[in-house]
Amino acid sequence: MTDFGFHLSKSSQLDLSRVDRERLNRLYELEPGARICMTCGSCGATCMAAPYSGMSVRKMLLHIERGLDVKPLLSKCMLCGKCTMVCPRGINTRNLILNVCKLYD
Amino acid sequence: MKENVVIIGGGVAGMEAAKQLLTLGYNPVIVERSAQLGGHVAGWHKLFPDMSSAQELVKGLRRDIAEANVFLETRLNSLQRTKSVYTVELNNGVRLTSRAVLIASGFELFDASKKEEYGYGVYDHVITNADLEAWMNGREDNRIPAQPQSIGFVHCVGSRDLKAGNSQCSKVCCTTAIKQAIELKERFPEAEVYCFYMDLRLFGKKYEDFYINAQRDFGVHFIRGRVSEVGETIDGRLQIKAEDTLLGKPLKVQLDLLVLMSGMVCNPIAKQLADKIRLQIDSDGFLKSRDNIAAIGESNQPGIFYAGACTGTKTVPETLAEARAAALSIHTYLMNQ
Ligand SMILES: Cc1cc2nc3c(=O)[nH]c(=O)nc-3n(C[C@H](O)[C@H](O)[C@H](O)COP(=O)(O)OP(=O)(O)OC[C@H]3O[C@@H](n4cnc5c(N)ncnc54)[C@H](O)[C@@H]3O)c2cc1C
Ligand code: SF4
Ligand code: SF4
Ligand code: SF4
Repeated sequence: MTDFGFHLSKSSQLDLSRVDRERLNRLYELEPGARICMTCGSCGATCMAAPYSGMSVRKMLLHIERGLDVKPLLSKCMLCGKCTMVCPRGINTRNLILNVCKLYD
Repeated sequence: MKENVVIIGGGVAGMEAAKQLLTLGYNPVIVERSAQLGGHVAGWHKLFPDMSSAQELVKGLRRDIAEANVFLETRLNSLQRTKSVYTVELNNGVRLTSRAVLIASGFELFDASKKEEYGYGVYDHVITNADLEAWMNGREDNRIPAQPQSIGFVHCVGSRDLKAGNSQCSKVCCTTAIKQAIELKERFPEAEVYCFYMDLRLFGKKYEDFYINAQRDFGVHFIRGRVSEVGETIDGRLQIKAEDTLLGKPLKVQLDLLVLMSGMVCNPIAKQLADKIRLQIDSDGFLKSRDNIAAIGESNQPGIFYAGACTGTKTVPETLAEARAAALSIHTYLMNQ
């Protein structure tokens, strides 16, 4: 068959109905602060791993809440806790990351 | 003899209320702790949304209340209620009685040095919104360079910040940042100006127009990300870090001037007053109104009224409207007693 150079791109559309709510609720229980992120970006701005891996607590949470795979982000976190120091909502981000590792790995 | 109405605080709220009370036939007595009338507005340069003169507004009010009794550099020693009359004792020895007292003690600007990561008072070129207004009013400020190439504005300094103890949005500072960004672009057309925001809250009449203006006519850059920290380079420039949350990438930029949008927090006097005469403090730290919808100008105590920023963050027109309403409420209260 002649190859005309066309191909089907994978859709990047998110499907909220496919989010694993049960697991997410379990996470909220283990770290209630996960509910109050206001996506300000302070965590990612201060994270030493962010420029190299794209890690940020904000992004990690959004990935989970939108049903995306979170593992690639987590792999570079050093659990240094800098993000906890800057978070204006006072979220215990370290505890959050540890529980995400437990539930989503 | 005309009846006294004691007003605590001679900002625009206290002044406007005094003006209305004079018209209604009372003898307003303003107790102001600083050396001048006008409160915070006396320190501002131009007011949004029409860039009208803050100084002219205060001057006009001063003229209007020329007949009122004003005690400057004066504080309240005690405030006591016996039956329906309050006895007010001032620290200058004066004693007044008044059946109604208006609290117009306003707000305090959040102390930006408490957010150590922003370097106010540490680095040479970090100032606040209030410092910038003072400079535009003619006060010298050697923190502001003669020819800045790039300028940053940090929104929400001490507001929307649970760690700083203030969860509330100060509501005037987004518009103030955009106003000041435009004013600096007018003075330094060559400079790049960046506003770092979490959300742009431009709720009021014509505020959104400021935003469009800043983008279209002044080329101000808006970056959605909260500044996480400020540092200094070897050559004395500021370097800030934020995340561009719309792109999801960490970002840095070097600046010659950084302006912190300090928020509005309740004047600590509110707490003292509250203790003295059993007023209530709301969950946001400001004085608690009897009802936040139907009776914002009334306290839980008979004869004690509120106007302006002592009950929450307010714009000037909101403050003035509340002051007029409070004067009328006081009048009605006194007539019905
Ligand atoms: C940076 C900045 C810029 C702003 N720009 C604008 C603008 O352009 N347009 C606009 O609409 N709004 C603006 N605002 C909002 C405006 O400043 C307020 O709406 C206004 O100041 C509220 O007036 P007020 O009289 O209630 O309080 P204040 O201005 O705080 O006045 C209170 C007065 O009470 C006195 N006082 C306090 N405690 C006592 C006491 N115990 N005894 C005696 N006296 C006391 C104080 O000394 C002060 O004089 C701005 C706010 C900020 C922070
Ligand atoms: S704990 Fe992890 S995510 Fe947080 S700042 Fe450190 S490396 Fe970054
Ligand atoms: S610093 Fe806190 S509130 Fe801001 S994006 Fe990160 S986790 Fe969310
Ligand atoms: S008005 Fe804008 S800058 Fe001020 S606290 Fe609210 S969101 Fe932050």
